[in-house]
Amino acid sequence: MSVLATWGGAEQDSFLAMVKPFEDQTGVKIQYEGTRDLNAVLSTRVQGGNPPDVAGLPGPGQMAQFASAGKLIDLSNILDMTAMKDQYPDTFLKFAQVNGKQVGIFIKAALKGPIWYNPKQFTAKGYTVPKTWDELTSLSNKIAGTGTTPWCIGFESAASSGWPGTDWLEDIILRQSGPDVYDQWYQGKLKWTSPEIKKAWQTFGTIIADPKMVFGGKAAMLATNFGDAGTPMFANPPKCFMHHQASFITDFFVKAVPSAKVGDDFNFFMTPDIDTKYSGAVTGSGDLFGMFKDTPQSRALMKYLTTPEAQQIWVGRGGALSPNKKVTQYPDAIAKQSADALTSAKVFRFDASDLMPDAMNTAFWKAILDYTNDPSKLDSILATLDKVQTDSYK
Amino acid sequence: MERIPQVAAAIALPIAALLGYIFVAEWLINRTPQRVRPRLRPWIWVGPALAFVGFFLVAPSIQTFILSFKDATSANFVGIDNYTTIANDPTVQLSLRNNVLWIVVFTGVVLIAGLLIALLADRVPYESPVKSLIFLPQAISFVAAGTIWKFIYAYQPQGIEQTGTLNAVVTALGSEPHPWLTEIPTNNFFLIAVAIWAWTGFALVILSAALKGIPLELLEAARVDGASELTVFRRITFPLLLPTITVVATTLIIFALKAFDVVYVMTGGNFDTNVIALRMYQELFNARNAGRASAIAVVLLLTVIPVLWFNLRRFRAQEAIR
Amino acid sequence: MSVSRRLGPLPVHIALIALVLLWTLPTLATVINSFRPPIAIASSGWWTALVPPFNFTFGNYQSVLTTNNLATSFLNSLTITIPATVIPIAVAAFAAYAFAWMNFPLRNTLFLLLVGLLVVPLQVTLVPVLQAYQAIGLTGTFPAVWLAHTGYGLPFSIYLLRNFFGALPKDLFEAASLDGAGTLTTFFRLVLPLSVPALASLAIFQFLWVWNDLLVALIYLGGQVTVAPMTVTVANLVSSLGQDWQKLTAAAFISTALPLIVFLALQRYFVRGILAGSVKG
Repeated sequence: MSVLATWGGAEQDSFLAMVKPFEDQTGVKIQYEGTRDLNAVLSTRVQGGNPPDVAGLPGPGQMAQFASAGKLIDLSNILDMTAMKDQYPDTFLKFAQVNGKQVGIFIKAALKGPIWYNPKQFTAKGYTVPKTWDELTSLSNKIAGTGTTPWCIGFESAASSGWPGTDWLEDIILRQSGPDVYDQWYQGKLKWTSPEIKKAWQTFGTIIADPKMVFGGKAAMLATNFGDAGTPMFANPPKCFMHHQASFITDFFVKAVPSAKVGDDFNFFMTPDIDTKYSGAVTGSGDLFGMFKDTPQSRALMKYLTTPEAQQIWVGRGGALSPNKKVTQYPDAIAKQSADALTSAKVFRFDASDLMPDAMNTAFWKAILDYTNDPSKLDSILATLDKVQTDSYK
Repeated sequence: MERIPQVAAAIALPIAALLGYIFVAEWLINRTPQRVRPRLRPWIWVGPALAFVGFFLVAPSIQTFILSFKDATSANFVGIDNYTTIANDPTVQLSLRNNVLWIVVFTGVVLIAGLLIALLADRVPYESPVKSLIFLPQAISFVAAGTIWKFIYAYQPQGIEQTGTLNAVVTALGSEPHPWLTEIPTNNFFLIAVAIWAWTGFALVILSAALKGIPLELLEAARVDGASELTVFRRITFPLLLPTITVVATTLIIFALKAFDVVYVMTGGNFDTNVIALRMYQELFNARNAGRASAIAVVLLLTVIPVLWFNLRRFRAQEAIR
Repeated sequence: MSVSRRLGPLPVHIALIALVLLWTLPTLATVINSFRPPIAIASSGWWTALVPPFNFTFGNYQSVLTTNNLATSFLNSLTITIPATVIPIAVAAFAAYAFAWMNFPLRNTLFLLLVGLLVVPLQVTLVPVLQAYQAIGLTGTFPAVWLAHTGYGLPFSIYLLRNFFGALPKDLFEAASLDGAGTLTTFFRLVLPLSVPALASLAIFQFLWVWNDLLVALIYLGGQVTVAPMTVTVANLVSSLGQDWQKLTAAAFISTALPLIVFLALQRYFVRGILAGSVKG
């Protein structure tokens, strides 16, 4: 049977390891096809009448688009929904549903909102982990006062450049204005020019528009690849002290600085609360899988992929978190910590930009870049986003 | 190793089929009256080509044209709405402007460089290695070319060691490093430079082959008569090369119109580098608006008309000489 | 045949060598980087590897060469590319000869249409062709890509060949027809042999373009390991987040090896034509 997804390199190896027991047990041979251009290839094949049996979906937004076109098979009758409800937090089930039908499953997840820091450096300089946004601001100012930029930020990511900035904004909006505003915003019901959203951008601006705050300033933010952006934290002397990035960045740290030890040289604290009303709010994302052809093999594979045993395989290899509560073996304490934050969050929200329609998502990325380039243009940037919003949420 | 017979068959069978088709057709034609033959024959010869092109290129183009008058999911007709939307879309206007830049700079530099190198290399004994080295980038896939130029354009903020060649040179000369690909508007030129690097070999090979077709005696005779190199070029070489130059220039202009890979891989169209083919791709796969994407495609198809008109004039000129 | 190679004046040599150095620099930089460990590549420029301490490693090459499906995908690439090079050239040659030397109504219009088709972007053809392939059951087979590459490659091939065929002196054809040669004889015994440089150039281009293609193979043939060409395997060396990109430095050269050999092999056909000194106007 054919499986199409975007994974390559080590991810591909991990996925193949994950499905090997399935192949051995059932004798079904998995033909994996990987492409970084998942959106284009999947769309073309689906439209051209040659969809894969099972495929990774670029995101909940695209999943919704395929579902409304009737291309995705409803999994509610195929999966053991009782077990699913038992093992997965409600939110992870909800975000894989369209109109109440379970059309997707999460293969793996990532925690968004960690702010990475170097504990050794923090101790050496006498910095403490901030517990509120105000404490974070004063810590940043303190560090800036010593002549070093407190933050390392990088947005470059070829065609998707800008996406790390969207993570920033999502964390700010969720903590500043609460989950209801967040929901209305990603559903397209709240305008970008509304006061809550504009305020969030301005808060974001207190960091990125201030040349003393980010290492390398605007030029570095726009030109540095997101995977390399955190490395200056480990320089001697460090060029920055904090890096806001999802849980999967640890792999990049370790590859760039092999001597860096988990927990000692890098650890994380969650983006702190801004408004105590909304404390305990967490954002995350995940890789979705959907079924395009209803065959016995596809059904078996989808069922298999949701089991804790299958999820455990990839998680054990590192680089992934599982939303399945029954998965407990993590390669290190930090991974375990991240997973716990994900599954037991008081208020959990999925990455908003992934939930938006494609066109809105792309415009959002571009807005981050435009804003970084010229923060004074905020109003016109938000107005453009409003136009795209009207157009794309149809 | 069952591939070998498969590949051998894949070559032998179609060729045999083609030859069979031609021979049988010719045999049949020779059975028709003399005056009918020249009227039938050309269609037999161009038949297969027209069939292929019709299926793979013409039919989809016609379908695209029709889709451009329909909405995003191709369900309803919307008249010229898509065209008015994209006409007023600043990103489309920006893309078109960038394509003009590509056409002028890319085509100009590649043509001149290709011609120059062809002429110069013709005169040295190490011509072959020169052509091979300039042509080498054509053999490299775009995934790899992206990586190669990443090492040239890499940017680190001041204070960190530069890993990019260009910034290393610039900082060694005392300036500060530049983020070449994100600095508007010069970034367009740096993207075009990558394409120039890749395509000059293409122009070189074709122009060089054409150059070889100019009889040596012709050039020697002129030189013996005392003509300077420049005169020889102007009066003999260039006019004889003109048809090939037209072909190369046309091909390059069309590639400039279709430029996609370089921009997609290196900047994704961000920082004001977007080009029309990428803009269409985004409309088709990101915005999922088949109608608008088709409209952009139609605009792209129409931009080739001036080039065709120029080609037509050159044909007529050539026919007149024959 | 003796061709007097005039050793040009010094400026010619200087200019040529400078240009060649400029052109090979990016590739050279990458070759050097392909022998360095990823951390070194990320933190210092390639030129630093040229002085002690050298920090060379075969690691990148090793990891690429031991990639699961490299050998299979190499064979797949050959399987895709060779027919997809030969067939278009054959079809184009027949058509180009007709456009160059036969008179028929709509000749110029059709030819211009062909040239115009050069501009059709690949993406707009994918869905219609895929739907058609699905209907006739060709999807996922090698003939699907052979035919597709033929269709996509014809406009340029015909354009190029027509130009070269048309440059052959008219007297040649007149002499041949006086000798009683028919169309077929003229084509096979006169036109083709004299057009060897053009055919060789076209073969190189078509070979390269098909060898380095990613999308056509992925859509019409598929990306599973049994049929995936090298371009797909190489692209998949890198994770979706961009990890392991240093493998691309080695992979780039491994996958360029064959095309380069093909180019060098066909190089020797780029020689002065044996046109018997007919002078044009």
